[in-house]
Amino acid sequence: MNKHDPKRIPQTTPRQSATFTQDINSDIRRAAATGIYDIRGGGAKRKVPSFDDLLFMGASISRYPLEGYREKCETNVTIGGLHASNPIELDIPITIAGMSFGALSGPAKEALGRGASAAGTSTTTGDGGMTPEERGHSNKLVYQYLPSRYGMNPNDLRKADAIEIVVGQGAKPGGGGMLLGQKISDRVAEMRNLPKGIDQRSACRHPDWTGPDDLEIKILELREITGWKVPIYVKVAGARPYYDTTLAVKAGADAVVLDGMQGGTAATQDVFIEHVGLPTLAIVRPAVQALQDLGMHRKVQLILSGGIRSGADVAKAMALGADAVAIGTAALIALGDNDPKWEAEYNKLGTTAGAYDDWHEGLDPAGITTQDPDLMARFDPIEGGRRLKNYLKVMTLEAQTIARACGKNHLHNLEPEDLVALTMEAAAMAKIPLAGTDWYPGKPGSGY
Amino acid sequence: MQTIDLTEVGLRETNATLHAQAENTNQTAWEIINPRGSHAIACGLDAPIEVTVKGSTGYYCGGMNQQATVNIHGSAGPGTGENMMSGKIIIEGDASQYLGATAHGGMIVVKGNASSRCGISMKGVNIVVQGNIGHMSAFMGQSGNLVVCGDAGDALGDSCYEARFFVRGSVKSLGADCEKKEMREEHLTLLQGLLDEAGIDADPKDFTRYGSARNLYNFDVDNAGAY
Repeated sequence: MNKHDPKRIPQTTPRQSATFTQDINSDIRRAAATGIYDIRGGGAKRKVPSFDDLLFMGASISRYPLEGYREKCETNVTIGGLHASNPIELDIPITIAGMSFGALSGPAKEALGRGASAAGTSTTTGDGGMTPEERGHSNKLVYQYLPSRYGMNPNDLRKADAIEIVVGQGAKPGGGGMLLGQKISDRVAEMRNLPKGIDQRSACRHPDWTGPDDLEIKILELREITGWKVPIYVKVAGARPYYDTTLAVKAGADAVVLDGMQGGTAATQDVFIEHVGLPTLAIVRPAVQALQDLGMHRKVQLILSGGIRSGADVAKAMALGADAVAIGTAALIALGDNDPKWEAEYNKLGTTAGAYDDWHEGLDPAGITTQDPDLMARFDPIEGGRRLKNYLKVMTLEAQTIARACGKNHLHNLEPEDLVALTMEAAAMAKIPLAGTDWYPGKPGSGY
Repeated sequence: MQTIDLTEVGLRETNATLHAQAENTNQTAWEIINPRGSHAIACGLDAPIEVTVKGSTGYYCGGMNQQATVNIHGSAGPGTGENMMSGKIIIEGDASQYLGATAHGGMIVVKGNASSRCGISMKGVNIVVQGNIGHMSAFMGQSGNLVVCGDAGDALGDSCYEARFFVRGSVKSLGADCEKKEMREEHLTLLQGLLDEAGIDADPKDFTRYGSARNLYNFDVDNAGAY
């Protein structure tokens, strides 16, 4: 008897494994075929507790709102007033995160500068040095000081409006970087003092300091070189936010940039992106607590990044105690990355619009994360800058809308009491009561 | 000769005074006394001046130097001459770790020994050490020359790119992708020039050249173990 004869024995429906999913199986087949882990950008794609799990309560009888379009809701922020004689004054609390020239084309960096400047905010260099396009088009430019020190020189350092010492990135806390050879054009090679066409490895630790005591001396040196004029930020990945924030402040930082695991423009191993680091939602409160315990909240600014997408995210980050946010992936999408109009070309690369994350390979159909002259020509920096400005304005209006509804005349006045949590996880991570209760897991005195 | 007592004047005013020297300053000779191991002495200079520190220095002395000559009449702390662009640093004593880290240009001369990670990620600087150097020296060295008249510690030139290393004594071990190279005429000439510039009397023929085997330049799964 043939047991597969459907006429004789009822068949069970084919059942996919929840453990060996199609995704997992494709990972296994890819690994078996290549012998090397998958490298990509795009940040953690797994679902993690996020700002979507928080809601604002708005106003009612016990709180009254501000009149939209009539009563002011300010958005400005000053960063770095603690030690620097020239702190950064921004019109909006949404900054552009560090992304390198090399990873991004020159025109893409120019567009980020144009958009940020038009919206009254800052942009940031990356692991490749400062380009004239970027400096020229950015009113406020933060110069990243990274382990590789590619393109690092004192003349550019003195042109910066702030210095950001990068200790880690949310996508890869404890990881270095890799820029594949096909993106190493003559110009990128020259800026990085390396031969053209070779893979460029970026170190994961700084070459001349280790640990918080050394960091304090490094900050002293950078301040001496720049005459104590510009703010010095310290960027850390969301790993141990309470202690890292404490140590950064102790070392003399003017601002702490904290990057959650959804932070996505860094290329690294998929396993690193998905399995190391903390969700952005989980890192805010411990960092704010550290600042409060030191008496430094609002004196040392906290800039939060990692998957910030909308004015609601901005408002939630600020309600939890951040002073500002930074966007990377969202800015690239605003410029036109992953746009469905390139779907046919994404298909040729074996992917689809929205899922494209191999930015490090330099084949970006949108012409943004590439050094290929033909692809770069598809991208117009003026139009890109306009789109980014629009997006930043919309995010700001959205955040203001929420803040006014909560009766706040400045985004900084948003507070944890304006929020409720939709899930137990979010309630515990953000120390925000579960909606409809006055309780969150771990609340002092609650017994849980 | 202008003399600054660092203990009396303080670091900020000392560096601000040195930074204020214009390209055409006629106050070209400076002496800093009582350094007492302070950090960040004479960092960020950008003028053709000569600064002599009478004593030992802490971290980052001469950091990011441009044009200036800095003499250290003592020993130098970690990261001395880090990211230097041009000019010269001469250390009469020993140098601590990360000497000349990521430095792009100019020359650093050490009359004594240099510790671990000497010339880490060097990007064009020339470093000449009369004594020995420690482990992991010139890790990820990109370009420039490291000359060692004594011995080198473990893992010399690990993951290096185009930097060149000349060692007269022994090398305890070579790092990943670093190999012994042929010493051609051009290298003998180059080395003689570096020794002359450093004021060190040695015969280039006694040195061995090391550099990148270039096997890690583009990823190959068969080299995965070396990463």
